[in-house]
Amino acid sequence: MIKMKARTDCTNREASAIRGAAIIFALLTVSVFILILGHNPLSVYASMIEGAFGTLYRITETLRKSIPLIVASLGISLAFRLKFWNIGAEGQIMMGAMGATFCALNFPDLSPWILLPMMGAASIICGGIWGAIPAYFRAKWRTNETIFTLMMNYVALKWLTYLQYGPWKDPAALGFPKIPGFSPNAVLPDVFGLHAGWIIAIVLVVIVHLFIHHTQRGYEISVVGGSENTGRYAGMNVKNVIIYTLFFSGGICGICGMIEASGVNRTLSVEITRGAGYTAIITCWLSSLKAPVIPVVCVLFAAMIQGGTFIQMAFQIPQSAAQILQGTILFFVLGSEFFIRYRISMVKDTEPEEVE
Amino acid sequence: MDISFFTAAVVAGTPLLYAILGELITEKAGQLNLGVEGMMLMGAVVGFKTALLTGNPILALMGAMAAGALGAMIYGVLTVTLRANQVVAGLTLTIFGTGFSSFMGQGLMGEVIPESMKLFFADFKIPLLGDIPGIGPVFFNQGILVYTGYVITIIAGLYLYRTSIGLNLRAVGENTAAADAAGIKVSFYKYVHILIGGLLCGLAGAYLSLVYIPSWQENVTAGRGWIAVALVIFCRWNPYRVFAGAFLFGGLDIIGFRIQKYDFHISQYMIDMLPYIVTIVILILVSARKSSSGAPPASLGESYFREER
Repeated sequence: MIKMKARTDCTNREASAIRGAAIIFALLTVSVFILILGHNPLSVYASMIEGAFGTLYRITETLRKSIPLIVASLGISLAFRLKFWNIGAEGQIMMGAMGATFCALNFPDLSPWILLPMMGAASIICGGIWGAIPAYFRAKWRTNETIFTLMMNYVALKWLTYLQYGPWKDPAALGFPKIPGFSPNAVLPDVFGLHAGWIIAIVLVVIVHLFIHHTQRGYEISVVGGSENTGRYAGMNVKNVIIYTLFFSGGICGICGMIEASGVNRTLSVEITRGAGYTAIITCWLSSLKAPVIPVVCVLFAAMIQGGTFIQMAFQIPQSAAQILQGTILFFVLGSEFFIRYRISMVKDTEPEEVE
Repeated sequence: MDISFFTAAVVAGTPLLYAILGELITEKAGQLNLGVEGMMLMGAVVGFKTALLTGNPILALMGAMAAGALGAMIYGVLTVTLRANQVVAGLTLTIFGTGFSSFMGQGLMGEVIPESMKLFFADFKIPLLGDIPGIGPVFFNQGILVYTGYVITIIAGLYLYRTSIGLNLRAVGENTAAADAAGIKVSFYKYVHILIGGLLCGLAGAYLSLVYIPSWQENVTAGRGWIAVALVIFCRWNPYRVFAGAFLFGGLDIIGFRIQKYDFHISQYMIDMLPYIVTIVILILVSARKSSSGAPPASLGESYFREER
C-alpha cells in the first residue's frame, strides 16, 4: 500500500532536481504532440534553440522579448508574496504605458534627461493606481481580487481602444486609427545594441531583492503573506501593507509598459503588452517568486517565444505551440511540487489508510 | 427598447448560463477552478472543428464537452490528487486553453458553420408557453441549446438541494474532513463535479462558436469565462439565481451594439466597458454586504489531505 507523508526535509538540490525532471517530462509530453503533427520533436526543439540563440541578432531579439517578462514578473512577485492573486498585470502594463505616452505626446520637446524620468514616474503612478484600486477593496471588504484585477484588464483594454480610436488618434495618419509616434526625446536610447530597458530590468531585480530581504516594509509583506493574523498581532497595519504593496506591484508593471512603449514600439497601441502580463504569471511562479531567479526563467521563456516564431517559418507549426509548451511546463512543475512537499513510501501492512 | 432586445439578451446570456452552472457545481465540491475561460476556449475550438469535419451537431457538441472535460481533468489531477494550489492551477489551465484554441484554430479564421447545422440550432416556438404575451417570445421562441440550458439549470437545482448525492456534495464543499469521516468518497466527488463543470464550460464555448457567432474568430470568449466566475458569486452559489445573472449580463453584453442606433454621444468603447465595470461593482457590493446566507462553500479553494487534519 502506498503511504504519503508530509516532509520538510527536502533540500534545495532535491527540489531543483524534481523541478528539472518535471520540465523534462513536459518536453517529452509536448514531443508526443509534435510527433502526432508529423514532425521530429528533436529537430523542432533544436531549431527552437537555433531560432532563439543562433545569431547575435536572434540573441538580442530574445533578450528584447525577455525584458517585459522580467519587469512584469518582478511586479507580480510582490503581490504573490502577499498571496494577493494579482492577474491584472496586463492592465497595469497598459495603464503604465498610457501614463508614459501622455507625457511623451504632450512634452515632445523636453530634454530626454527630464522627459524619460517623467514618463517613468507617470507610468509608476498610473500602473500603481490600477493595482491599488482592487487592493483597497480587498483590504476593506476582502473583495475577490482575482476577478477584480482581471476585470480591470478589460477596462484598461477598452480604455486604450477608446484613446486609440478617439482622442489620441493621429490626425496625420489619414483616418487610420493609430496613436502618433514618439519624438526621439521620448525614446529609450540603445545601450550595446539593445534599448536601455535591460538596465532598468537589472536594477529592478536588485531593488526588489533588497526590498524583500533587507527592509522593514519587505519583511511586512512576507509576514502578512504568511498569515494576516500574525501580521495584525505583530502590530502591522495589514490594510496598508496590502494597499502599498499592490501600488508597488502595479507600479513596476507600469514601468514595463513605459519600457515597451518607449523602447520597442515608440508609440502606444492596444497590442502593447503582447500578453506579457499573463505569461509573467507563469514565469513568476516558476521562479518561486525569487527575484534573482526571475531573469533566468524569463530569458528561457522569451527563447521559447522567439524560437516559436522561428519554428512557425521552418515547420509551419503555429506560433501558439510555444504557448502550449509554456502551459504544459507549468502543469508539470505545479504537479511536481507535490513530491517536494510529500514523501511517498510503500508500506506492507493493511492499515485502514488509503490513497486518495 | 423593443422586445427583440430581451430575446437577444437571452441568447447572449446562454453561454454564460452554462459556464456559471459548471463553475457553480465545481465550487460546490470545494474546488475553485479559474480555468473556465480556458475550458470554454477548448470547447469552442474542438466543437467548431468537429462541426466542420463531420457536419453533425451532436458530435460537435460532444467533442466540445470532451475538450472541456479534458481541461477539467488536468486541473483535477493537479489539485485533487497532487494538491497543487487551485488558483495557480486554474490560471495555468486558462493560459493552456488559450494556446490550445489558437493553435487548433489556426486556419479556421473565416470558416462558417454549414447551413444544415444552423437548422439544428434554429429557433422554434414551444406550444402554449410560446404564446404567453411578453414572456413567450423572449424565453420560449429560442434554439434547442437555450431550452436545454433551462432544463439543466433546474435539474442542477433539484440535484443539489433535493437528492442525497447533492447533500453529500455540499458536505464535501462545506466541511471536507467531516464528509470524509462520514464515509463520503471525497476525491471521487471532487473529480466527478470538476468534470461536470468542464463538460458545461466546453458546451458554453461551443455555443459561442457554433450558434452565437457562428464562425471562427480567435479568442471567441472575450473574457466571458471570467465574468462567469464572478457571476457565481453574484448568484450566491444558488443555481436558480443563475437565470438572473446570466440573462442580465447577456443584456449588458449586447447593449453597446444596440445603443448605437439611438445616437448617444457616448463612445461605443466606453459602453463596451459596461459588463466588466458592472462585474466589479457587483463583486464589491457582494463583499461589502457579507450576509451569512449565500456564503461560499466553507472549504472552497483548500486542498484536502486526510493525514494533515
